[in-house]
Amino acid sequence: MRVARKGLIARKEQRAAYLFLSPWLIGLALFWVVPILASVLLSLSEWNIITPPHWQGVQNYREMLFDDRTFWVSIRVTLKYMLLSVPLYLVCGLLLSLLLNLKIRGINLFRTILFLPSVLSGVAVAVLWVALLNPDVGAINEVLKTLGISDPPRWLDSPTWAVPSVVLVGLWGIGGGAIIYLAGLQNISAQLYEAALLDGAGPWQRFRYVTLPMITPTLLFVLLTGLIDAFQVFDIAYVLSRGGQGGLGDSLQFYLINLWNEAFVNGRYGYASALAWVMVLVAAAVILLIFRTSGRWVYYEYDPERER
Amino acid sequence: MKMIEAPERIESPPEVAPRNAVLRYRVRRISYKIFVYLLLLGLCSLILLPVAWMLTAALKPDLEPVFTPTPEWFPTKFWHWENFRRVLTESMPFLRYMINTMIIVVGNILGVLLSCSLVGFAFARLRFRGSKVLFYILIVTMLIPWQALMVPQFLFFVKLGWYGTYLPLIVPSFGGTAFFIFLIRQYMRTIPKDLDDAARVDGLNTWQIFWRIILPLSTPVLTVCAVFTFLASWNNLLGPLIYLDSDEKFTVAIGLANLVTRADTPWNLTMAANLVTILPTVIVYFFVQKKLIGGIASVGLKG
Repeated sequence: MRVARKGLIARKEQRAAYLFLSPWLIGLALFWVVPILASVLLSLSEWNIITPPHWQGVQNYREMLFDDRTFWVSIRVTLKYMLLSVPLYLVCGLLLSLLLNLKIRGINLFRTILFLPSVLSGVAVAVLWVALLNPDVGAINEVLKTLGISDPPRWLDSPTWAVPSVVLVGLWGIGGGAIIYLAGLQNISAQLYEAALLDGAGPWQRFRYVTLPMITPTLLFVLLTGLIDAFQVFDIAYVLSRGGQGGLGDSLQFYLINLWNEAFVNGRYGYASALAWVMVLVAAAVILLIFRTSGRWVYYEYDPERER
Repeated sequence: MKMIEAPERIESPPEVAPRNAVLRYRVRRISYKIFVYLLLLGLCSLILLPVAWMLTAALKPDLEPVFTPTPEWFPTKFWHWENFRRVLTESMPFLRYMINTMIIVVGNILGVLLSCSLVGFAFARLRFRGSKVLFYILIVTMLIPWQALMVPQFLFFVKLGWYGTYLPLIVPSFGGTAFFIFLIRQYMRTIPKDLDDAARVDGLNTWQIFWRIILPLSTPVLTVCAVFTFLASWNNLLGPLIYLDSDEKFTVAIGLANLVTRADTPWNLTMAANLVTILPTVIVYFFVQKKLIGGIASVGLKG
């Protein structure tokens, strides 16, 4: 009798749980499962929405790999951005958060100001920097000239400097990344520092043997999101290349810019779906690779409070 | 959120140290502080000077050059505040863009708060078959960027006849956002389970426990989710760019991007428009920044 009653309560709870979950389950089916299936089929066909879809097997993938110059350009631009931005943001974000973690008077004001750019939209930031980076009259080059650099970079007007310009604009908003590091730093137990201090560790040793190992999970997180984000650069590149045209000599032809152009400018929905799948597969491969190697350098503290 | 930091770097001076050792220690300590403050001030000016330049440019009259050989960082002799009125209503319709964006923002906040709190509650406090599998699916959808699915989603909404309306930009939020569900779940798990048991003894059902007990206790995390949603949808460019087709429906992000991409907009008005659109996010940021930073910190990344 009691068992039956318990089962009834559990069944009731289960039914309630699925009711609570229903918005997400419906959303999952409509906005994830259906599009994923549709995307697989689309990537194997040619479709411009007007004429009926035309099945063509792996033709889209073949074209991408062997006949599409722009695809390879977009890969090169994205990789260049990735190699420049990921290490730079990783190190600068960490240094900034160490600075903002100091206990000194007025630190909250400094934090507020330095985090500010991270709430601004990519478009607003890009519009501002288009003006600042103007090679002939912009403020950046005027400052560089006063500093004695007679021939400053031509930034967006130069195929070499276009990607570094995007990296520079992102660096201006590095405070957003520092928030995540700061959270990681504040989770480090003060006892560890006290113990290190008692052992006679200097500032560098405290950083090297306490802070750095304890913050590796945050480093892993920032590394992964940085790599994934490189595939999703859009807003800034869209504005800086005057409406997603890819910039001078395709120097701002980022992966997502190319995908957007193929889908929504050229109307090649099948081909764009194939591009999206390549993006997902490459990103997944990168994530797996990093996770595989992360065991060697990421330090997880055993924390009984988290075991539940 | 308790503040924990690296302890002060210098150990206290030895009691019987010679006078000049104490002096050296003090000088080192003071110069270290000066160095840190100079560094922080320098970094802050890197953030604030471009914003100040933007304000200077926005306040200039039409015929005055915005670009000057020595950049003017602070409002100089020109105070043409009417430039802001011009971008809002007269030469540009930024007031309408802002109202349009607000419609999307409010819709998204409603959708996120409603669906994510329900789903987060189920994941945090209810037992049901398949909870582990569903939670893994949630985590996976958090990792897949929505841009990867934007083409089939676009075609889906076109087939529904929603192209050119705000519906594709609002309705999906009612299906929940994985990241916010995760945040809310993490928060609700920290509320003592005894509360539920006591409430059940008092005869409350699951819905009443959610609505009367857990939800009111979760306002901090709900605030964080609402603010993140506000920022994300106010700043969103790609979504509106794909789905909206007429100037009457455009959002601030499209309006701004068009100023640069369609060229020959005077720079003073462009900068005024830019300031007008970032103002709401800055105001919200100043009001909730403590909660926002604490919100990210409290969730932690190991969970």
